Amino acid sequence: MSLSQPHPRPFRVCAVSDQLEDTWTVELAPADGKRVVAAPGQFNMLYAFGAGEAPISVSRIHADVLAHTIRAVGRVTRGLRQLVVGDTVGLRGPFGVGWPVETMSGGDVVVVAGGLGIAPLRPVLDTVARERSRFGRVQLFYGTRDRASLLFQDDLKTWTQQNIEVNVIVDRGSPDWRGPVGFVTQPLEAATINRSATALICGPEVMMRFAAGTLLRKGLNPEHLHLSIERNMECGTGQCGHCQLGPYLVCRDGPVFGYDAVSDCLAIREL
Amino acid sequence: MKTQRMDQLIGAHPFFEHLSQAVSEIVSGCGENQVFEPGEYLAREGQAADHFFLLRSGRVSLEVSVPGKGALIVETIETGDVLGWSWLVERYRWVFDARAVEPVRAIALDGRCLREKLGHNPALANELYSRFVRVLADRLTGARMRLMDMYSAPDDTSSDVP
Ligand SMILES: Cc1cc2nc3c(=O)[nH]c(=O)nc-3n(C[C@H](O)[C@H](O)[C@H](O)COP(=O)(O)OP(=O)(O)OC[C@H]3O[C@@H](n4cnc5c(N)ncnc54)[C@H](O)[C@@H]3O)c2cc1C
Repeated sequence: MSLSQPHPRPFRVCAVSDQLEDTWTVELAPADGKRVVAAPGQFNMLYAFGAGEAPISVSRIHADVLAHTIRAVGRVTRGLRQLVVGDTVGLRGPFGVGWPVETMSGGDVVVVAGGLGIAPLRPVLDTVARERSRFGRVQLFYGTRDRASLLFQDDLKTWTQQNIEVNVIVDRGSPDWRGPVGFVTQPLEAATINRSATALICGPEVMMRFAAGTLLRKGLNPEHLHLSIERNMECGTGQCGHCQLGPYLVCRDGPVFGYDAVSDCLAIREL
Repeated sequence: MKTQRMDQLIGAHPFFEHLSQAVSEIVSGCGENQVFEPGEYLAREGQAADHFFLLRSGRVSLEVSVPGKGALIVETIETGDVLGWSWLVERYRWVFDARAVEPVRAIALDGRCLREKLGHNPALANELYSRFVRVLADRLTGARMRLMDMYSAPDDTSSDVP
């Protein structure tokens, strides 16, 4: 998809499913019937009528249907919350550089997700689960706030059945949670990690910095470490400079970056 | 079934990785295998902290009892972790309840016995303190991260008023 794609293309809402109180998944198919090609880790600019656009990652790719898992935090996302099956929504994209799925092939994979950060990683985990023999040991470390904010529970079960080691840890315990309670770096610290594995991290930036630090301390090759940076953006097409990160534009050069490329910028407070 | 000697069990636990022979012998002399069923307490808040535990398998929750709310889980301790540093901190009292969530196999180490030896064995003191400081630092970082509540939704700064 051309980066200069200026106009939204109409997509039809084929399904809407609630994930959490403030988070839901909307599945979109091109209304014009033309093909859409998206890669895991890419995002679309979704247009909420009268409110504006927001970048939202593709959270599942199924033929021509793209799922987006959205949390209502402000004007645009609350606008998108109004969409119902049969509606049409404007979409620009898919944009950006996604996860390095091809280079992961043949090796071990470590996926670290924090909160809603599991959404852009779901298409990678789907691919791994579908083509399991292409990959070595696959470990998922998923940290979230509490039991009630656990996303994609059915998928977690499916991935486990596909021999993906799923480690879920919550920040806050509750009577209905019998799993680990702590920060996501704790199971990561305790795990045996292959130094030549490919690691993919997505979540709040602070969590990504600390998770990356843990993996590097454990000897992971920084060249195999990739992060999805989701700083606020405006145009999505590399024109406006709103999402500048050091020498990069997140919308054009990311959102997935190699750790070496962005490690210096991550420590800077505000860009 | 072949039973492993205490020094082998201790040497195989991540907390005591690469322990010198001399220190391993002292530590092993203070160790004992224990098992706990789900729901059983390994330690109770306020009671004398005369032991610490190396978890060989299972999960233990650290809990604090809050009136009207019951037992709140503040953290869990997992296979390969160490449980308890109160035996090193004067007053030597457990700060939290520690309860088995799953069947637990652990090595209980006699803190009183080790405390006595720490004063006149610098090699032992160095090994134990440096290992516990690392664990403390990791847990403190984890606790600070969780305090940030970073996975919750950002504050809504948008306004519907034009
Ligand atoms: C590449 C990329 C992929 C994204 N993928 C998803 C996704 O899959 N699902 C999803 O729900 N959101 C995703 N986001 C975030 C989403 O774009 C923003 O939440 C959205 O733009 C907010 O718009 P709004 O008008 O609803 O809220 P606003 O009124 O713009 O903001 C409301 C609050 O959210 C904060 N906020 C806005 N954008 C961000 C951001 N990018 N990161 C952290 N805080 C932010 C603001 O500071 C403010 O406090 C992604 C962002 C990027 C850059």
